[in-house]
Amino acid sequence: MTANVIEVNGLEHSYGSVKAVDNISFTVKEGEIFSFLGPNGAGKSTVINILTTLRKIQKGEAKVNGYDVASDSKHVRQSIGIVFQMLCLDHEMTVCENLEYHGKIYSMPKKERKKRIEELLKLTELEHKRDTLAKDLSGGMKRRLELARGLMTKPAVLFLDEPTIGFDIQTRMRMWDYLREIKREGTTIFLTTHYMEEADQLSDRISIIDYGKIIATGTADELKNKLGKDLIYLETDDNKTVAEILRAMESVKTVTEDTKSLRVMIGEDVTHVLPQIIDKIRQAGIEITTINIKKPSMDDVFVHYTGHGLREGEPQEKIEGIKTEGVSE
Amino acid sequence: MNFEFQAIYWREMVKFFRFKSTLISSLIQPVMWLAFFGLAMSDSFDQLTSMIPPLEGVRNVDYLSYMGAGIIAMDVLFSSLFGGTSLMFDKKFSLLRETLASPTPRSHIILGVGLSGVTKAFIQTGMIIGFGKLIGMDFFLGYTFTETLIAITGIFLLVGIFTLGFLFLSGSIAITIDNPEGMQSILTLLSMPLFFVSNALYPIESFPAILRFLSMFNPLTLLADGIRYFALGDNFTVMGMHYIYTPADVIISFLGLLFFASVMLTAALWRFDKVDV
Repeated sequence: MTANVIEVNGLEHSYGSVKAVDNISFTVKEGEIFSFLGPNGAGKSTVINILTTLRKIQKGEAKVNGYDVASDSKHVRQSIGIVFQMLCLDHEMTVCENLEYHGKIYSMPKKERKKRIEELLKLTELEHKRDTLAKDLSGGMKRRLELARGLMTKPAVLFLDEPTIGFDIQTRMRMWDYLREIKREGTTIFLTTHYMEEADQLSDRISIIDYGKIIATGTADELKNKLGKDLIYLETDDNKTVAEILRAMESVKTVTEDTKSLRVMIGEDVTHVLPQIIDKIRQAGIEITTINIKKPSMDDVFVHYTGHGLREGEPQEKIEGIKTEGVSE
Repeated sequence: MNFEFQAIYWREMVKFFRFKSTLISSLIQPVMWLAFFGLAMSDSFDQLTSMIPPLEGVRNVDYLSYMGAGIIAMDVLFSSLFGGTSLMFDKKFSLLRETLASPTPRSHIILGVGLSGVTKAFIQTGMIIGFGKLIGMDFFLGYTFTETLIAITGIFLLVGIFTLGFLFLSGSIAITIDNPEGMQSILTLLSMPLFFVSNALYPIESFPAILRFLSMFNPLTLLADGIRYFALGDNFTVMGMHYIYTPADVIISFLGLLFFASVMLTAALWRFDKVDV
């Protein structure tokens, strides 16, 4: 049995009257990549900030590497590496100096620092940039340097808050490769993301989080299979009636009504069910305008569990505003 | 025992020597004060006061040497008062996050920044003394080698304590305030009375009583007095004013500055404890 590197129980956190994290419990096992998938403002960063001891815990319990976040923050800090959502490198220092500084503030002995820097420059392919000022690196390289920095102290867990935000897909995929490599070396990774593909392709397990609550947890396949084997996307003249007809069918698991379309989850092989569905809709005298079959994706999983797509904007702004106010307190 | 403050110190110094423009200007600025303001004022003051008969048996000090002590005080005041600004930018651009998230105690951040400021102040003080001697400033006149050494040690000690005090003050403001404009205006507001209500550039004996009273509590006055004691001796006249320093005066300078620095340290520790990321 593998040990739990992160254990969270009944975690709650509010900014004023806004509840950003609402009674969350989860565990992260040693050596896995665990993702928090959710829209901006879902409470992901708050959870990361609490687990990394940057924010005081208000309610609940959290342990990282066996140490209590509230009472043993020093040991927690020594056990973790962090890659923040915002780039925070010292732009006026070189690649090497940035790593050197990090090793120093974690009291690493000089010999160990030198050795680790070499290993990490190799891992993140920044060897030829060692004496380049951080400001002269490309966006992807800066992120890699931050990754190297997060790994400097050989942490038990590496926390990444939206590690590939704002990157193009190539850069993002390369970043995933690095993260897989880090995992192979035995580091547990906890990351937050609002990119479906990132959670889907990279993580061993995913928790979907929305409005401060965990809605579902499992491997990408588990989450998709729970939805059904196949998904039919339908547009018809009368979606309401069609939804009723389909709900009565045994092989149909769920029917979700969107503004224009219907998403129909099928529990069994779609090739046999589809003709029946078309027949029934025709018999009711309703015209089908569009029909499309696919395997459920993370997007579908997300829509299924949250009842909406990845929203952008409003709730996040509210919470961010309160967060900044909190800083100067 | 932890030594994380060395990391903070190291980083500050790497950056101090990296920015050639700030490095050179911070070294040249005090020299320019001495060279332009000092020489110009010195000549006119000395001309005005040449009519005053000198006191029998008391050394008369020219204005340049008198002002030299003030220039040191002023220069370290400005560089330490504005020295905390880098912390504000570190906070603004989330650079501070990395350090705040590490096991490094916050007191070490303050200490590291403070010590780097002291180093910079020492370099500047050395520059002013060296250049001042070159253009005829009468520091350490007639001192033996040992006396000079003691005098220099005394000056550097005073400068060190003074710098720490103002860096702690400036760091506390920097960590509390979010926008550069606000920081700038607070510092300018602070530096004005500090600078003028002191005896850095002119004797306070002819000040209105209230200003003279206030100036006695001004760290800048304490520092300038202390430097003059060490550099010019305990008995001299300048511009017709007779200065007699007793060891008690110097002890007051030390204690006053130590008190100021400890109050500012407390303030800085308190403000840093409140910083959230």
